[in-house]
Amino acid sequence: MINLKKIRKAILTAVWFMFLTFPLMVMKVNTIENTVQWRWINLAYIGISAFIFSLFWEDLLKRRDNIASKDKKKSINNKISRKLENKKIRNISLFVLILIVVLFPFIMSMYQTSIITTALMYVVLGLGLNIVVGFGGLLHLGYAAFYAVGAYTYGLLYYHFGLSFWLCLPLGALFSALFGIILGFPILRLRGDYLAIVTLAFGEITKLVLENWNDFSFGPSGIANIPRPMFFGIKLKLAEVTNFTYFIAIGLTILTIIVIKRLESSKIGRAWEAMREDEIACQSMGIDITKAKLTAFSMGAVWAGIMGVLFAAKTTFINPASFTTWESIVILCVVVIGGMGSIPGVIVGALIFILTPEYLRAFSEYRMLIFGLALVIMMIFRPGGIIPKIRKTHQFKVKEVKE
Amino acid sequence: MNLEYFFSLFLGGMTRGSIYALIALGYTMVYGIIKLINFAHGEIYMIGAFTALIIGGALSLTSMNPVAIFIIAAIVAIVYSAAYGYTIEKIAYKPLRNAPRLSALISAIGVSIFLQNYVLLSQTSDFLPFPNLLPEFGFLKPVENFLSTTQFLILLSTAVVMILLTILIKFTKMGKAMRATAQDQQMAQLVGINVNRVISMTFIIGSATAALGGVLITTHIGQINFYIGFIAGIKAFVAAVLGGIGSIPGAVLGSFVLGLTESFGTGYISSDYEDAFAFIILILILIFKPSGLLGRKENEKV
Amino acid sequence: MKKILVVLLFTSVLLAGLVSCKKDSGTIKIGVAGAHSGDLASYGLPTVKAAELVAEMYNANGGVLGKQIELVIEDDVCKPEVATNTAAKLVGEGVVAVVGHICSGATKAALGIYKDEELITISPSATNPPLTKSGDYPNFFRTIAPDDAQAQVEVDFVADVLDLKKVAIIHDKGDYGKGFATFCQDMLNDKGGIEIVMFEGIQVGAVDYSAIINKLGASGADGVIFGGYHPEASKLISQMKKKKIDIPFLSEDGVKDDTFIKVAAEFAEGVYATGPVDTTSNPMAIKAAEDHVAKYGEEPGAFFLNAYAATVALLNAIEKAGSTDFDDISAAMKSEYVETPLGKISFDKAGDAIGVGFAVYQVQNGAFVELK
Repeated sequence: MINLKKIRKAILTAVWFMFLTFPLMVMKVNTIENTVQWRWINLAYIGISAFIFSLFWEDLLKRRDNIASKDKKKSINNKISRKLENKKIRNISLFVLILIVVLFPFIMSMYQTSIITTALMYVVLGLGLNIVVGFGGLLHLGYAAFYAVGAYTYGLLYYHFGLSFWLCLPLGALFSALFGIILGFPILRLRGDYLAIVTLAFGEITKLVLENWNDFSFGPSGIANIPRPMFFGIKLKLAEVTNFTYFIAIGLTILTIIVIKRLESSKIGRAWEAMREDEIACQSMGIDITKAKLTAFSMGAVWAGIMGVLFAAKTTFINPASFTTWESIVILCVVVIGGMGSIPGVIVGALIFILTPEYLRAFSEYRMLIFGLALVIMMIFRPGGIIPKIRKTHQFKVKEVKE
Repeated sequence: MNLEYFFSLFLGGMTRGSIYALIALGYTMVYGIIKLINFAHGEIYMIGAFTALIIGGALSLTSMNPVAIFIIAAIVAIVYSAAYGYTIEKIAYKPLRNAPRLSALISAIGVSIFLQNYVLLSQTSDFLPFPNLLPEFGFLKPVENFLSTTQFLILLSTAVVMILLTILIKFTKMGKAMRATAQDQQMAQLVGINVNRVISMTFIIGSATAALGGVLITTHIGQINFYIGFIAGIKAFVAAVLGGIGSIPGAVLGSFVLGLTESFGTGYISSDYEDAFAFIILILILIFKPSGLLGRKENEKV
Repeated sequence: MKKILVVLLFTSVLLAGLVSCKKDSGTIKIGVAGAHSGDLASYGLPTVKAAELVAEMYNANGGVLGKQIELVIEDDVCKPEVATNTAAKLVGEGVVAVVGHICSGATKAALGIYKDEELITISPSATNPPLTKSGDYPNFFRTIAPDDAQAQVEVDFVADVLDLKKVAIIHDKGDYGKGFATFCQDMLNDKGGIEIVMFEGIQVGAVDYSAIINKLGASGADGVIFGGYHPEASKLISQMKKKKIDIPFLSEDGVKDDTFIKVAAEFAEGVYATGPVDTTSNPMAIKAAEDHVAKYGEEPGAFFLNAYAATVALLNAIEKAGSTDFDDISAAMKSEYVETPLGKISFDKAGDAIGVGFAVYQVQNGAFVELK
């Protein structure tokens, strides 16, 4: 496997990287104290790691291409999904899953329950954005704005009118959906990246309004003391309410999955899919593109609105700093890493994406570095996401007719 | 308000626009050729600024002529940024050329996070001041109220870069190859253009102009940290789209429109909504011209 | 497909088990929370070091209530949504009190949890007034004066000492900066006789600030108050000076940082900033700084003394209360005076430190000098 040519190439790569990282890794200039620190040892680290990296990189790429060209049926995903077709295995695994989900908060600490709840919120956000990006093929970079609409719906309605969490949940969804339609109208004509940048602009404008309009949103100091969800009017203790929030998140996740599954194979779901593949062809088939786009935006926004309400209830404090463009990008990453358009993919994507940094706390300062690297590597080796969408195939079986 | 005020706002907006333009060029060129929103482009700008700071800072401890230090620092920064751009393309984007477009976008986001933290960890999270290397130009004395030396330098360098780039694209062989690749990659390959080389070249040129922007803004504002690339990158991206992404004159025009809008918006209305003005202009323009100011209208085949 | 989920959940459960499997009650656990990574780390890490130094000192003398002190250090990156998880983790670890959080927003989010769990929380740096004044958080204390007290000092200085007539107020749209700016605006209006010619927010991290500087120049202000942190302040002041706008520049604690002087260099000269009354000559403060240099090899950072004082006050209250019970500690915090690097302090009913005030500083010859 390793021959002389490869080693030569690896040495060249190592030298290249040593050159490339020289000013940043070796020199450390402090222009305040006017000192220069030389860290030569870093050069050695870079050289060695670049050498090793180069030795294996091309083989890895080749292997990836080989796997991709081989029969897809051999991939792990398909093995699993075929196993799941077996009713017995399917029921057992479903049972185990339910058991774990139900018992989780009682076995685990409050912290674990709390971060799993956060992860579940991202599952729903991911699934919601998946409607727009995965089904509709509309790149959306301002999703956090809808999230903010939900959160502020609860925050403000509670503050002014004392409305409860349960009442705000549907209201958040409603306002968010309306907001989605308002956003959708002016940009119906836009395509691809033009659409993306306008959604980004809407996200930023929403945040700016929240920051500047003190009389409406209390500006950057935000709204504090938002109550956590109540259980039929009973105020729960902290540990209980954490578990309760977890179950609400589970309930909403299941609801989302069911609704989205149904949407996907409904008439409008197919319209979205057609729109994603080719807008013009889709229009000429008699599909109302305006309607399809607007429903995609508003149906996507609904889930962000709901999660916004839950977010406000969980953190008990909201301010505009939680709804930045970065937040929108995180949700987009969840969708793409999981596998665009694929519901299980998005679920796994959210769990990994949100839980990894939490569990990487031990590496504290290196975690974002590792995270960035992981994103690149993941995309290179699984460009379709962790669980790529498998197109549903409908088979038409002809019954043999005996003569 | 008076004319002098108007004029200083105008020049302030042009300065800002110039910086956006230097970054936006890279976005638009890369997009034109491989249809990738290179999210890590803002980080290249940051790395350029940082390299200049490191080299400039180290050399200013010696007794060299400050102007010479500035020039050396700028050149090193440009060379390094170009090298980073080239390497990033080879590692993070090339293997994804046939993958879904969004996967490449996420890979770019990953690179962006990585580079930010790479600089954060290898250097520092604090703001560092850039040594004051340039003397005030004497001939700007009469207009110093609305045009500072660094502003002048930014405007001048941007103009020079634009002219050089136009010559490169219009009249050289490489430029021709670039235009051909932008139009149709497969066809370009068929007529014997080395597409990989063209793409590498695009990244190198785009990164170099971004680095120049980084160096210039660092001398202008006087301090940097690892996070300056994110916002500048987003703004430049907006500018590129505003002008019609993929179009080089569009990116420049878009950048100036954006810079001026922000400057006048702040000057005559309020800086509270500075970014909002920029985004509202963007939305308005895109509503009336859905493919940007100078963007090519795509003819769709059905 | 669901099987992957199962496997994943199992692994996460296993991982979780690994993380959460440590509990013993031989020690008194104190949580230390704040931004320990990311761009705001420089505000949070000094608190960790202060807490470590104090804990070490107490442990060497036999601990508190006969038990050793164990610090549980958790990062919240200054984000409210992360802070709730951090708080849940600290609660799960069984801490009896928390030193932190650093940012007001994160503190508010985390307090939602500490309040229900009845955990004393003492912050060295969260200055948002409602944290104490609203009465919503009976468990909250702080060793730094709230923003409105600071704004009052600033406004008095502007009106009585500098005698300015037209003031421009600029802020960074942040929680802290805009809050401070709004207080200044209200107090100036109450005072009367001073015209506010401009009240605007700037975009943090913008490419440059020439437009706002031009506007400032054209507004005819004879002084500017800035609410925000030192990176923006040093960009503004250097661009102002380059534009020859030479009017007093006043700011607050976020700017009263030595980094500001180092970065803005000659432009920093003459800038006013309010900050906690200088106590670096206090013998305890000198010792704390010396210990810091001895242990970490560098000068202490932002809020170090406040954090040191917070930890000392907290441990002293536990000692005096004789238990780790919430009511006892809370009562002791309010009744006992304690010697800290900030002087002799106690806490009022709302949780603000008595004996901690603000003074105005000016940069003179490259250092902040307290103006009497």
